[in-house]
Amino acid sequence: MGTRLRDMIRSIRACKTAAEERGVVAKECAILRNAFKESDPDYRHRNVAKLMFIHMLGYPTHFGQMECIKSIAAPSFPEKRIGYLGLMLLLDERQEVLMLVTNSMKNDLGHTNQFIVGLALCALGNICTAEMARDLAPEVEKLLHSTNSYVRKKAALCSVRIVRKVPDLVENLMVPATGLLTDKHHGVLVAGVKLCTELCQTSEVAIEHFRKHVNTMVRVLKNLVISGYAPEYDVSGITDPFLQIRLLRLLRLLGNGDADISDTMSDVLAQVATNIEGNKNAGNAILYECVQTIMAIEAIAGLRVLAINILGRFLANRDNNIRYVALNTLVKVVSIDTQAVQRHRTTVVECVKDSDISIRRRALELVCALVNETNVKVLTKELVDYLKVTDPDFKGDLTARIAGLVQKFAPNKQWYIDQIILLMVEAGKYVTSDVTRSLVVVISNANALQGYTVRTLYRVFQAWDGQESFAQVALWCIGEYGDLLVSSENKLEGEEPLTVTESDIVEIVENALKDSRASSATVAFALTALLKLSIRLPNSADRIKALILEHKGSLVLELQQRAIEFGSILTKHNDLKGALVERMPVLDEARYYANNAMGIDGQQTTDIEALEPHANGHVRQPNAIEKPTAAAAAAAANLIDLLSFTDEPTTLSNSSGNALLDLLGGGPMGDANSASSPGGGDMFLDLLSSDGPAPLATTAAVPLEGLLDVEPIANTSLGNSSLNGGTPKGPPAIVDPIANISFGNLSLNGGTAKGPPAVVDPFADLTSTAMPAPASAPGLPSIIAMQTNGLKISFDFTKAVDAPKATVIKASYSNLSSNIYTDFVLQAAVPKFMQLQLEPATSGILSANSSNLVTQVIKLTNNMHGQKALVMKLRVSYKVNGNNVLEQGQVNNFPAGL
Amino acid sequence: MILSRGPKLCNFLEWRGLKVVYKRYASLYFCMCVDADDNELETLEIIHHFVEILDRYFGNVCELDLIFNFHKAYYILDEVLIAGELQETSKKSVARVIAAQDTLIEHAKEQSNSLSNIIAQATK
Repeated sequence: MGTRLRDMIRSIRACKTAAEERGVVAKECAILRNAFKESDPDYRHRNVAKLMFIHMLGYPTHFGQMECIKSIAAPSFPEKRIGYLGLMLLLDERQEVLMLVTNSMKNDLGHTNQFIVGLALCALGNICTAEMARDLAPEVEKLLHSTNSYVRKKAALCSVRIVRKVPDLVENLMVPATGLLTDKHHGVLVAGVKLCTELCQTSEVAIEHFRKHVNTMVRVLKNLVISGYAPEYDVSGITDPFLQIRLLRLLRLLGNGDADISDTMSDVLAQVATNIEGNKNAGNAILYECVQTIMAIEAIAGLRVLAINILGRFLANRDNNIRYVALNTLVKVVSIDTQAVQRHRTTVVECVKDSDISIRRRALELVCALVNETNVKVLTKELVDYLKVTDPDFKGDLTARIAGLVQKFAPNKQWYIDQIILLMVEAGKYVTSDVTRSLVVVISNANALQGYTVRTLYRVFQAWDGQESFAQVALWCIGEYGDLLVSSENKLEGEEPLTVTESDIVEIVENALKDSRASSATVAFALTALLKLSIRLPNSADRIKALILEHKGSLVLELQQRAIEFGSILTKHNDLKGALVERMPVLDEARYYANNAMGIDGQQTTDIEALEPHANGHVRQPNAIEKPTAAAAAAAANLIDLLSFTDEPTTLSNSSGNALLDLLGGGPMGDANSASSPGGGDMFLDLLSSDGPAPLATTAAVPLEGLLDVEPIANTSLGNSSLNGGTPKGPPAIVDPIANISFGNLSLNGGTAKGPPAVVDPFADLTSTAMPAPASAPGLPSIIAMQTNGLKISFDFTKAVDAPKATVIKASYSNLSSNIYTDFVLQAAVPKFMQLQLEPATSGILSANSSNLVTQVIKLTNNMHGQKALVMKLRVSYKVNGNNVLEQGQVNNFPAGL
Repeated sequence: MILSRGPKLCNFLEWRGLKVVYKRYASLYFCMCVDADDNELETLEIIHHFVEILDRYFGNVCELDLIFNFHKAYYILDEVLIAGELQETSKKSVARVIAAQDTLIEHAKEQSNSLSNIIAQATK
């Protein structure tokens, strides 16, 4: 028969260790299982109780579920009672077994004994599923009209749950619910009001319906407020605060958005607000609800002022609960009436420093909502001061908020930079990477402040404490603007003079390099900075070179690679150094923020990081590939803008952003590459383009070393023979090698690939190429693709009948000036849906005054023939009178039908 | 979470987007988890309401009372809250109802006792 419930509980509590307890519980469970198997009716009550206790302790009790259900089906009250309780405790709405009780419940709902009905309603209201709700809703509705207030009350609350589970039933319940509002019994009223609230929350129709009955509610509320002492419902001097609060909430829902209704209730609201005393919790609860209601409805100004005053009083209250509640509400109020809240600003800032974390969080949120241009400096200062003393789990949150505020409201860039630097120093590791990145963007845009920035960073860096993000930004700036440090240019008013010698700068970078706290990312930044400095600080070049080469044997691939490549630049390619480490282009702020807003920040940042060391001419293949790209197109567009240092307005939209991607990989080979490499990496991979053509010869191959990720190979052949139109011609293409490579197996003007390399930034070449016009095909008029002062390029078209997508263009170049052009090279770029093949030109020399005509055959395939027209970008480079000339243009006037 | 909080701090915690409201009575904590838009002060009142009813029923309720009579405590809870909402604001009514149900149980027990006595005697 087992022990009595009491004894079992006692024995469990007497256990000294967890293992002992498990033993006792296991024994009891075994006995219970046996009892349930035998289906013993006598002690079922006790057994289920025991089962519940064991469940509360946390042990599995699923074997008892059927027992509960049997209990419910039993006719006697005690068994039903314990059965329903067991049901509510041991099962939840996710169990399928629950369905089995539906029938028992139905019977119980129709029982004569009010308590049994109550039990069923209670259980239904607590754990019913949607199906059960649907099945039993009619019964419950009937009970809403019952004469018994006990039953009515429970039925109302049960309906609340039904509505939550099955919103469709709202219509059926609207009328009965209205009836409940006029009830005399407080319990029924409370439940009824709650039901109405739930209905209003679920459907608009209900709101309309109940608006007609606002007067009833107002009357009831008024009675409560002015009534005298009612012992049954009194709580610390206030009559039935629960009912008052619920009424207030319902009124809030009804008055929201409707001025007339709001008027009818403003009287009673004012009455409540003024009559209630604020020293008891019950009173405060009512006032709180009242304030919330006033703020949510269309209240008159006077009422709002009243509400805000109450909140102000709350805020000054010493009770933490009240202050919490006040802060919570003020956040909502701020959006409606900022002025009023500003008055309490100092108090709120005090709350940010409170010892209670809940209050701190609320206050912080409120402060962030309060910040505007006028008070941002003061508030930020307070917050940053607090940052120094706050505890770690709060620091991250606080840092993020401060950064956000500073970004949004910075009155001027200098202050912004100052604040972020301060932030990084104080809370280094909590500063996220987008904050540092936006700082970099701002710095690169603020030309006047660059000197100031780098000097400040330098000063602070000397006291570096190991914060990584700070180190990275500082190193980047020192690298970029090192010369400003030495020369003290661009001094701002009131700035202290700072004398920094070159060796100081190198030393500080060296310290960063050697510091054991520097992560490999930071060291990478430092190496790049050193390279830049080697140009800007000519006297320290040797020292810098030595420092860089120290990392040649680094175990981190990235560092090793950089060290070796930088080293070889410094040793062998001094002439190119200058071009490589020019100042970074100004990162487009507006676009950056727009992109951030679009949420592709992750993408953006990887690209900018990829660019940091890259944009100066080095492309590291592994890095380019490794960056996963989510929003490839957008990123590509950014990349292209970043790289296209030309003044040419980018006519690229996202889709044509992709166009350029493939531009670099025009031919089928290019497609293969772009298929294999994601987004931004595309660009670079295609630069390297080609399925690994052997690197160009040393001299021209300087940038290529990085490009091809191999040690410079001193061979001269272009590997992929088509590059040179079949025959490697003497000295390797000294033309901008990237331009050549970018066409992979496209045949370029191999023959004309002589002469000094284009001194343009190699990336500029990516954006356009020139495409001469071939002779026209019958029916396809020839066009003038490009015409400038000195040059005319015309296209003639031929189309094969059986291959509508392919077009053969014969491009003709003529020299309109009176000087000879030599080393004439034309490059072309086409959108993704087109493929391009260039054959070698007949000559690279254009004699003056159009005396000779150079032609070149271009084969074009339009994969979207019929859907999209051809477009093409051209870039021409040639030498005239010892000067290199670059021209570019876009061909838009292709005849239709190509 | 709650146990780690000091005595003077406010009685509200934020947890998983919901609010936990707790009140301490000697060594016992009563916690209620509510939605973010519920009135916390009122929740405190509800907790107090429930505790007072318990007190009235058990007469100076203490922790042991609740442990050994947990099922009764649950019955009382079922009379105070349904579907998470308050159903009866009058402590007297709740007490009356519970008393009535207890009487029912007593009657039923007596009946079954007398029945089993008769059966036992009959089958002897």
